[in-house]
Amino acid sequence: MNVLFQPYEFEFFRNGVIVATIAGALCGLIGVFVVLKGMSYIGHGLSHAIFGGYAASALIGVNFILGAGAWGVASALMIGGVTRRRLIGADAAIGVITTASFALGLALFAVFGRRGRSFDAALFGSILGVGLEDVVAISVVAVVVGAIVFFGYRTFLFTTFDPDVAEASGIRIARVEALLMVMLAASILATMQVLGVTLIAATLVIPPTVARMLTNSFSRMLWFSTAIGGVTGFVGMNLSYHLDVQSGPTIVLVGATLFAMTFVVTGAHGRRRAHGFDDHASRPSVVGVGR
Amino acid sequence: MTPTRGRPTEAGEVLTAAHEPLLALERVTCAYGSSRVLTDVDLAVMPGQFTGIVGPSGSGKSTALRALLGVVRPVSGTVQRRAGLRVGYVPQVETVNWNFPVTVGDCVLMARTTGRRLPWRSPAERRDVADVLDRLGIADLADRHIRQLSGGQQQRVFVARALLGHPDVLLMDEPTSGVDVSTRHEILHLLEELHRDGLAIVLTTHDLNGMAAHLPHLVCLNNTVIGTGRPIDVLTVDVLERTYGARMEVLTHAGMPVVLDHAHTHDATVVPLRQAGA
Repeated sequence: MNVLFQPYEFEFFRNGVIVATIAGALCGLIGVFVVLKGMSYIGHGLSHAIFGGYAASALIGVNFILGAGAWGVASALMIGGVTRRRLIGADAAIGVITTASFALGLALFAVFGRRGRSFDAALFGSILGVGLEDVVAISVVAVVVGAIVFFGYRTFLFTTFDPDVAEASGIRIARVEALLMVMLAASILATMQVLGVTLIAATLVIPPTVARMLTNSFSRMLWFSTAIGGVTGFVGMNLSYHLDVQSGPTIVLVGATLFAMTFVVTGAHGRRRAHGFDDHASRPSVVGVGR
Repeated sequence: MTPTRGRPTEAGEVLTAAHEPLLALERVTCAYGSSRVLTDVDLAVMPGQFTGIVGPSGSGKSTALRALLGVVRPVSGTVQRRAGLRVGYVPQVETVNWNFPVTVGDCVLMARTTGRRLPWRSPAERRDVADVLDRLGIADLADRHIRQLSGGQQQRVFVARALLGHPDVLLMDEPTSGVDVSTRHEILHLLEELHRDGLAIVLTTHDLNGMAAHLPHLVCLNNTVIGTGRPIDVLTVDVLERTYGARMEVLTHAGMPVVLDHAHTHDATVVPLRQAGA
């Protein structure tokens, strides 16, 4: 038993566990919208884009939360803007903007050398060097995002399910979507230290997918996904210490295992729920209903 | 149309007089990019009127509906809307994401998105949702997931959502698209009932015999308005040929027009009548 508590003697580990748990929960929450809106690829791209801002701010010596944050929000809004135009496919636009930004980050590090925070940590996640300021940063982001989702619940539900009708009802869709992108960018930013930009997408996608297999209710899906994300982060971070594997991969593998277990346990029922649930063109299927 | 009183708003000019339309398109032209979907369309929705907009695929039916709704902005012309008008919109069921995690009750409550900040339902909202579901005969389905419904029930859920906002006019996009005969009858009867209760309804349909011929008032559309009036007056060989770009036969059965389309050519070979200057 003592072995399990042994790492808690270290302050960096205690901070790391707190950050990983909150990060998991935060990504689980925001991931519900990412998955239901079919934006998984945006989440994936955005986390890569932020790496460019991270590298640039490390070189100039700007605070990385400010630098990468501004960069991330700019990329998020740019992706949002490009996807609303129909001429260029959204996936292509994301591919161009985010991969270029990621490449720029790699190039900057190659030319100017690695400075400040570890290069590997940004890519794959590390708990070394997780300080109190990271705990504070992610807590603030989590509280703000949580409050926005709570008080905007009805608006987010309507615009996610039925953007056209929501717009016709006087809801400003563009604003709601911009807010969602900014929340996504902030969540990625606060999370990248422990998860790494290459792995964040999984923590955005796995918890909501598992939650969807367990429930047909939107509000329960939000709770379940948040809880699953938090538990995955907590378990993954502990395992990471004992297995001596980076925190990012461990957390993602814990999530993937949970996904596989849920997939098997809920059987055909859960699979039918989760199947193509971001496919807006899917035809209605009637499941055993009497008139 | 004569100019109306009232101040112009973002949505167009405000209509005030009681005998004037609830909603109207006046010389409206809409375009997506460089392709003109509607040209100089005049369309008025009067109080208590039940109108069907008919035309082939790509004729601009949905665009006309969305212009009335205020989602599509015309490149020229005006959309007039009576001050304080409440519009209910029922989307085409084929565009709904049926795998989305919402129950029937959640879905209906979306009509109350603005106004209350707390996520859960107030007692009054609970009562209102129960009432509207009861009115549409789906009270026992409130906790069911939206996919676990028959075609007619699915349509009722979205009508219920629109009715929860106490609309003066109901706009429906292809309510009978892709449904079987008995569901079509079910939906038609439901709409006739709502119309009897005084609700103005505008729907689009491509189903001439199954739907359009049963409605009191039709607008034949193909880029612009080809004909307006009762089915017996507009479902004629001439108007249909200009609407669909194909010759069809029209018979009369029990006082209702029956359109015969032997060649089945109208789907693929629509020739827009007005492309000049587009």
